[in-house]
Amino acid sequence: MKKAGGKTALKRSKEEDEEQNQIFNFNRKPADEDKDDDLSDSEDSVYSGLEDSGSDSEEEEGSDDDEEEGSDDDEEEGSDDNDDKMKEKKEGEVSEEKKKHEYEHDSSDEEDIRNTVGNIPMEWYKDFPHIGYNLDGKKIYKPIRNKDELDDFLDKMENPEYWRTVHDKQTGSDVVLSDDQVELVNRLQRGQFGDVNFNECEPMVEFFSSDVMIHPVTNRPADKRSFIPSLTEKEKVSKLVHAIKMGWIKPRRVEDDGRGRYYNLWASEDSSILARHKMHLPAPKIPLPGHHESYNPPPEYLFTDEERALWEQQDPADRKLPFVPRKYSSLRQVPAFSQFIHERFERCLDLYLCPRQRKMRVNVNPEDLIPQLPKPKDLQPFPTTRSLVYRGHSGLVRSISVSPSGQWLASGSDDGSVRFWEVCSSRCMKTVQVGGAVKSVAWNPNPSVCLLAVALDSVVLILSPSLADKQVILSSERLLSAQQEGEEPAEGNGSVVWSEAEGEELNQGLRLKIQHPKAVHQVVWHAKGDYLASVMPDNTSHLQVYIHQLSRRRSQNPFSRNKGLVQCISFHPIRPYFFVATQRSIRIYNLVKQEMTKKLQTNSKWISSMAVHPGGDHVICGSYDCKLSWFDLDLSTKPYKMLRHHKKAVRGVAYHRLYPLFASASDDGSVIVCHGTVYNDLLQNPLIVPVKVLRGHVMTHDLGVLDVTFHPTQPWVFSSGADATICLFT
Amino acid sequence: MGGLQKKKFERGSATNYITRNRARKKLQLSLPDFRRLCILKGIYPHEPKHKKKVNKGSTAPRTFYLLKDIRFLLHEPIVGKFREYKIFVRKLKKAYGKTEWSAVERLRENKPTYKLDHIIKERYPTFIDALRDIDDALCMCFLFSTFARTGKCHVQTIQLCRRLTVEWMNYVIASRSLRKVFLSIKGIYYQAEVMGQLITWVVPYQFSHDHPVDVDYRVMATFTELYTTLLGFVSFRLYSSLNLVYPPKLDSNGESEPKEESEDDYAMNSESYLEKLSALSASLARVVSSADEEEAQLDQFPSEGEDMEKMEAREKELKQQEAQKKLFEGLKFYLNREVPRESLAFVIRCFGGQVSWDKSVCIGSTYDVTDETITHQIIDRPSVGKQYINRYYIQPQWLYDCVNAKILLPVEDYFLGVTLPPHLSPFVEEKEGDYVPPEKLKMMALQRGEKPGNEQEEDEEEEEEEGEQEEEEEQEEDDNGDEEDDEEEVAEEKNLKKMEEQRSQGKSLHVKVTPGKLKVENKARLEQEEKAEEKRLAIMMMKKKEKYLYDKIMFGKKRKVREVRTLPLR
Repeated sequence: MKKAGGKTALKRSKEEDEEQNQIFNFNRKPADEDKDDDLSDSEDSVYSGLEDSGSDSEEEEGSDDDEEEGSDDDEEEGSDDNDDKMKEKKEGEVSEEKKKHEYEHDSSDEEDIRNTVGNIPMEWYKDFPHIGYNLDGKKIYKPIRNKDELDDFLDKMENPEYWRTVHDKQTGSDVVLSDDQVELVNRLQRGQFGDVNFNECEPMVEFFSSDVMIHPVTNRPADKRSFIPSLTEKEKVSKLVHAIKMGWIKPRRVEDDGRGRYYNLWASEDSSILARHKMHLPAPKIPLPGHHESYNPPPEYLFTDEERALWEQQDPADRKLPFVPRKYSSLRQVPAFSQFIHERFERCLDLYLCPRQRKMRVNVNPEDLIPQLPKPKDLQPFPTTRSLVYRGHSGLVRSISVSPSGQWLASGSDDGSVRFWEVCSSRCMKTVQVGGAVKSVAWNPNPSVCLLAVALDSVVLILSPSLADKQVILSSERLLSAQQEGEEPAEGNGSVVWSEAEGEELNQGLRLKIQHPKAVHQVVWHAKGDYLASVMPDNTSHLQVYIHQLSRRRSQNPFSRNKGLVQCISFHPIRPYFFVATQRSIRIYNLVKQEMTKKLQTNSKWISSMAVHPGGDHVICGSYDCKLSWFDLDLSTKPYKMLRHHKKAVRGVAYHRLYPLFASASDDGSVIVCHGTVYNDLLQNPLIVPVKVLRGHVMTHDLGVLDVTFHPTQPWVFSSGADATICLFT
Repeated sequence: MGGLQKKKFERGSATNYITRNRARKKLQLSLPDFRRLCILKGIYPHEPKHKKKVNKGSTAPRTFYLLKDIRFLLHEPIVGKFREYKIFVRKLKKAYGKTEWSAVERLRENKPTYKLDHIIKERYPTFIDALRDIDDALCMCFLFSTFARTGKCHVQTIQLCRRLTVEWMNYVIASRSLRKVFLSIKGIYYQAEVMGQLITWVVPYQFSHDHPVDVDYRVMATFTELYTTLLGFVSFRLYSSLNLVYPPKLDSNGESEPKEESEDDYAMNSESYLEKLSALSASLARVVSSADEEEAQLDQFPSEGEDMEKMEAREKELKQQEAQKKLFEGLKFYLNREVPRESLAFVIRCFGGQVSWDKSVCIGSTYDVTDETITHQIIDRPSVGKQYINRYYIQPQWLYDCVNAKILLPVEDYFLGVTLPPHLSPFVEEKEGDYVPPEKLKMMALQRGEKPGNEQEEDEEEEEEEGEQEEEEEQEEDDNGDEEDDEEEVAEEKNLKKMEEQRSQGKSLHVKVTPGKLKVENKARLEQEEKAEEKRLAIMMMKKKEKYLYDKIMFGKKRKVREVRTLPLR
């Protein structure tokens, strides 16, 4: 240090080595701040320590230079108290006299004794030639600054001590650090103790060891209480003894190793079964795995790509298999099944959470479900094959009717014509152009007359086709002319107008025109052939049904109230009853008593057609919702049987007059002929057996068969279709 | 009509059921305790017939228990134990909170425990009842015995499960009651016939489990608690029925005693004992050492007709079973280290084979690889270094397939590095009309004693089946028969039309009589058609409900037929 101090006196430069500069700046910064802000005690004490050490060196060297001492001070500013002390120690060793000086100079105030300005920023003295005052109050002048950048540079290049030169702001001088100081700085940077001789790893002296010492640590004599039995302990012990006696404290349980835990639990199997066990439903066992689950299944059990995609798409609940079948070429490649614990857990949940219910498995032979019916073979005769097709119409054939003799067939079509066919030869005997789509045709059921009623638009026409014996033609002419003889139908309520046909029309066979106020949809004859009823469906008025009397040219509206949209009507074949089918129900009126006798609930949405059994006690009714209902009027107002054998809307139904047959025509293009025996015995229900499905019509515009009717004497059925043909099935 | 108005829901089914919450309140139990009680006592919810009536008019989804069941639970001593345990936990918590360690220790010592013996006896009044329900117990114990000691459940439980499963396997070996084995992707299924009951259990492959988070292990632990008790008692009974010592002891004078030296490798005697047991290589000690069991001969009863046939069938079956029991007798197996040792050793020993393995794999190996008398070495790697000439090197599937086929299958298909034939499930019993995989047919042929060479017969069989299928097809086609006829008619009409047109166009009417075709009336076909139509008409007359059911059944049948038809096409 001394040496260094000497050297520094010579070399002073304000330039500083960069590294050093960093270190010192780092060190100084907090110090500077402290100087600025506060003069707290601790800070002071630090400085005092520094100062001391600084003063030491100064004293040693004989304080030749203030500036040098300043630099010394600066250098140690950052270091700890500890280091300072260490240094003190070290220096103390070096020289004894130093101490004396130290105490001389050491005073209670802890200022820098070389410069008395105190802890102030030194730039305040920037503009002055001095930088402070010494103890005597004399100015300390700044060193002569003749160095510029060039000098600095030259210094840097030439001076080998440049790297260890430090600028001291306090004194404004440059200090060259000694070797010891550099060493100290390096040690501190490395985080070591400042003192080289300090041994960090001194052997520890163990005071409290495991060895038993021959001498006691304390020398206290034993207490008296250590010789006398303790009363409190005695009390406690007696309490415990008492508790053991009373059985409050139990001895420690012996850990059960489970060896002898099990014994023959069912040694005495009593067959007395608790009531609970009768109700007990054992949980079903887990289904056994199939080939799918094998680790090496046959290749056909593996998923194809589509199946796999489907499996992944499906909800876990919908999947057929809960896992994807996999194939591994050898056993060692089989991995753990990730869902194993899950499956076990699910099983546990099933066992205690699932409600159990005894479910009778339907183990039915499906053949047993099919009802045992008489064989159709035994129920012959019934139509089985299509034997004739009547072609000639160009529009869909809405309605057909067979003459009571069974020789002639009349058909009305959308092409505006009514055709008369000979049944046996399928020859069209006559065509009458009526000038409008024909809705309904009906042959007069009286065999002694030959008349046809035709409904089109709002007119009902009476035709006399003159296709019969002279006798019959004459009688029918007579019937029509008898009306002429009578007075004009004045009493007919004005809405219905009767008029005679004239001219060309007369030649065609047209005899009468009955003009209705609204479009007529259906026309039916009474069995006697004198009365005629027509339907004008209209939801808003009570004028929906008219009954006309041909012989007196009279019309009347039997109903004074609107009971719903009338779909079709029919006369009872024997008794004076009148059937009116509205949208969902059939009403039966007694024409004599003029009251409603029955209302049949069909349970269908929209009735399309209705037919009355020739006996008069049964009614069938077809509906647009594919149902055919059979009513037994003596039985109930609900259908005795609902037949759902059609796939599409039922358009027409018909009874055979003599044979126990009925037929239904539907939009699916089929006519189903059923056997329906009615017994005289009231206790026996009618026997209904479908016997034949007849197909002969081509579907056109989603319409199939529109009307169906039986031959009056033969077991033949006629059907008219949307494909403009009429078929005869025999 | 006089009298008081009857109040609703005070009679009838409403009084027979109780909702879960009300049951819980009645028993004064918390939900977890109630759950445990239900699991232990085997109480399960019941589905009332009329839910709305029972639910007092509400349609809210609720679980219902029978009131009788809940009443029955009221007097269960276990409930008291639950309460004691609750108090114990509370005290322990308090002691912990106050850091009174002596109190904690004392409490721990007096931890309330309960026994489930009476519950087992009550739930399963007879031993057969218990056997019938042991499937789940076995599955669960086998699963728990493979758990690592990771805190998912108590270590003691795992050890107990392991012990019980080892005991069970030893019993099955001793009684030779294993019937079927199946290697599935989930694990290995075993089926044993114990006292006439078929018992199936599944053992997972030996891997560590990655425990799913959405599984409530408390529920599983409760079940395991019950199952271990059940399994223990059943084992005791089974062991005593075979005159075996329970807990099982190794037969000390057996010739296949493991060498004493190997014992030093294992730390504790008690542990090594269980390991030795679980090695499944040694036979068990008997209470009464019987030289050889006299086989129960089926007594001959004079009988006639059907009974005779039945008896004969039974006798045949019994004989077959006896033969199966001795399937591997006289064979000496050696297991390579890569094959599942426990499963294979179990299967081999169940059918009377001798088995050994490398000393380092497990305790209890009886002979070395170098033993010249080894007949089969089970191996599951593509190739092996040194091969002995006088033994077969086969893949493990051979053993399992042999067991299922009940005969020793030809080893050629299972040699080293050979592509294995498919492994079929022995649990599937094909009914008529089901698809039978060709491998199964082959196996059945082998069982019948036919040589695998003549495959013609198989083909015939297949053809037969195909014939059947065709018939079915025909039946289906019958529905469309009419349409076909119509088509024919249409064609004829077209022909006629053509001729007519020709006639009208060509002025010169070249009259020509074309020879008519003889219509061959297929009587059988006609009859069939007639029948089909009859059926169709009759179906029309079915009631709505029956029709629905019928359609459903037929749909299922058709789907099955379709599946059967599509399966072999892949």
